Amino acid sequence: MTTPSPAYPVSTPLAPAAATWRRHSRLRRLQLTVLPLLRRPGFSLALAVVAFALLAALVPHWLTAFDPYATAPADKLRAPDAVHWFGTDELGRDLFTRVLYGARLSIQAALLAVGLALLGGLGLGVLAGFAGGRVDALIMRVVDVLLALPGLLLALAIVTAIGFGTVPVAIAVGVGILPGFARTTRAEVLRVKTLPYVEAARLAGVSWPRTLLRHVLPNAWGPVAVLATLDFGAAILATAGLSFLGFGAAPPAAEWGTLIANGRHFLITAPWVSLLPGLFVVAVVFSLNHLARSAEEAPR
Amino acid sequence: MKRYLIGRIGQALLVLWGAYTVTYLILYLLPGDTLSIMLSASGMEADGLSAEDLAKARAYYGLDQGLWQQYADLLWRALHGDLGHSLSLNRPVTALLAERLPQTLALAGLAIVLSLLGGIGLGYLTAYLQWRPLKTALSRLPSLGFSVPVFWMGLLLIQVFAFGLGWFPATGSNGFDSLVLPAVTLAIPSAAVYAQVLQRGFQGVWQEPYIVTAFAKGLSRAQVQARHGLRNAALPILTLVGLQVGNTVSGAVLVETIFSRNGVGRLAQEAVLRQDIPVVLAIVSVSAAAFVVINLLVDLLYPYLDPRISHCPKVS
Repeated sequence: MTTPSPAYPVSTPLAPAAATWRRHSRLRRLQLTVLPLLRRPGFSLALAVVAFALLAALVPHWLTAFDPYATAPADKLRAPDAVHWFGTDELGRDLFTRVLYGARLSIQAALLAVGLALLGGLGLGVLAGFAGGRVDALIMRVVDVLLALPGLLLALAIVTAIGFGTVPVAIAVGVGILPGFARTTRAEVLRVKTLPYVEAARLAGVSWPRTLLRHVLPNAWGPVAVLATLDFGAAILATAGLSFLGFGAAPPAAEWGTLIANGRHFLITAPWVSLLPGLFVVAVVFSLNHLARSAEEAPR
Repeated sequence: MKRYLIGRIGQALLVLWGAYTVTYLILYLLPGDTLSIMLSASGMEADGLSAEDLAKARAYYGLDQGLWQQYADLLWRALHGDLGHSLSLNRPVTALLAERLPQTLALAGLAIVLSLLGGIGLGYLTAYLQWRPLKTALSRLPSLGFSVPVFWMGLLLIQVFAFGLGWFPATGSNGFDSLVLPAVTLAIPSAAVYAQVLQRGFQGVWQEPYIVTAFAKGLSRAQVQARHGLRNAALPILTLVGLQVGNTVSGAVLVETIFSRNGVGRLAQEAVLRQDIPVVLAIVSVSAAAFVVINLLVDLLYPYLDPRISHCPKVS
């Protein structure tokens, strides 16, 4: 864009000629919110880190020339250099490559967890907020109980029952963060439900399901989306924690947590084997948190 | 007040019962053959047993009864302080917990103290400083604090302070020295949360009329912050301390595994690895109980710390 765009489209209604005020297209509205954010270096950097991690999850082979499972005993535990950016592990496998390939499992697990929590939490929250009365009371008591169980321990119990692996861990983490979503959604639905435009829609004869989908959900969505971004980071940490404890993917496949756990045994001689993959995780999660915070603070 | 107290305790008991039930349902009802899990946990293979032996084992673990019968039985015994028998260690779970609990309590206690000190200190400093770049940097620090995986932080601290500088032992559970690094590791995420909340609290408090009054009286900035700002900005932290108990327990599982401490958290990790269902059920229930009790205490303490809140006249 060469011409600086006005921050807000308020100037048009003032001009008498522009009496035909038109709603901005969705794309334009998106531009208006995102562009000022992109000018902030921290935001752009965070976006770049997250984009890189997503790219690694989708097409890791574009970003590295090494094979994540090819062992090279001669090159074992080599310190980071220009060839092996993160060094090599005890079997001579390139660690940077393994982190990139690990992104696939870790990000899939986090997406599955957040998706599950989002669907379940949104459903329960909307049901509780909309139905009210006994249904609301019952759902919220169950949510209270789930909130009283420490997240990781609840996940551990679920993993004990359904077995180890990436998918069970993701499900367990998803159930652990579900109550938070249910609470936030319910609060938002309760807030939006009483607003005049919902009443107006009801008076105009719109059915409840349509009111819910067209009027309530789009307006209750914001805080839930912020929570989803925040919890995406939390889910990455939780799945990494569970796989660090040894309940995640079986070797030689590697999640971020398993990579860090694996490096524990060489901490004295080769600290990079667990510290550098961990640093990558920190960068990704910190960026996600930063994005979520920026979205929260952005003027709406 | 008395009515409120009884109601609140009743509610806490209900939540506790709910937590036990939910955990029971997860462990005993989810897909996965409970009998074969229990058999393999106690070192036997379900495939190698005859139908007769299987039936005997089923009866031994109480799995031949109806679900409600089993549940009522377990709950009744749990209420009497019998949390069952560990499958893999072949000892009563209560004895195991009694043996491991002191370690974890010491760790969690020190971690909570450190997190409060660190979190409030950082939040207070951020609010006091006026040099922009440093203030911004410090206000970003909490966000970094809870982006760091607990286990990675532990490894980093081991690398720096145990292997690099040699100040503290890397692992083990003897004495205070070995407690420092795990407690610091465990304290960081909670401290980050407190610092963030305190920073936001101060942002709100500086706008209040009583701050203007305090300045008008001629107090210095430091005096205003210490006497009028902190107490008001720090109130939400009390609620958070209760809520962070859950995170501290979760973190203890990871921290005790990294630092090879013989606490309840490590017991939990081992129990899950061996699918020792009674131990997992007991640990989850005990930590839910800790969570519920501490939050109850926090709720009861509130009126004493903030006189504006009173439980007697219930308006809502």
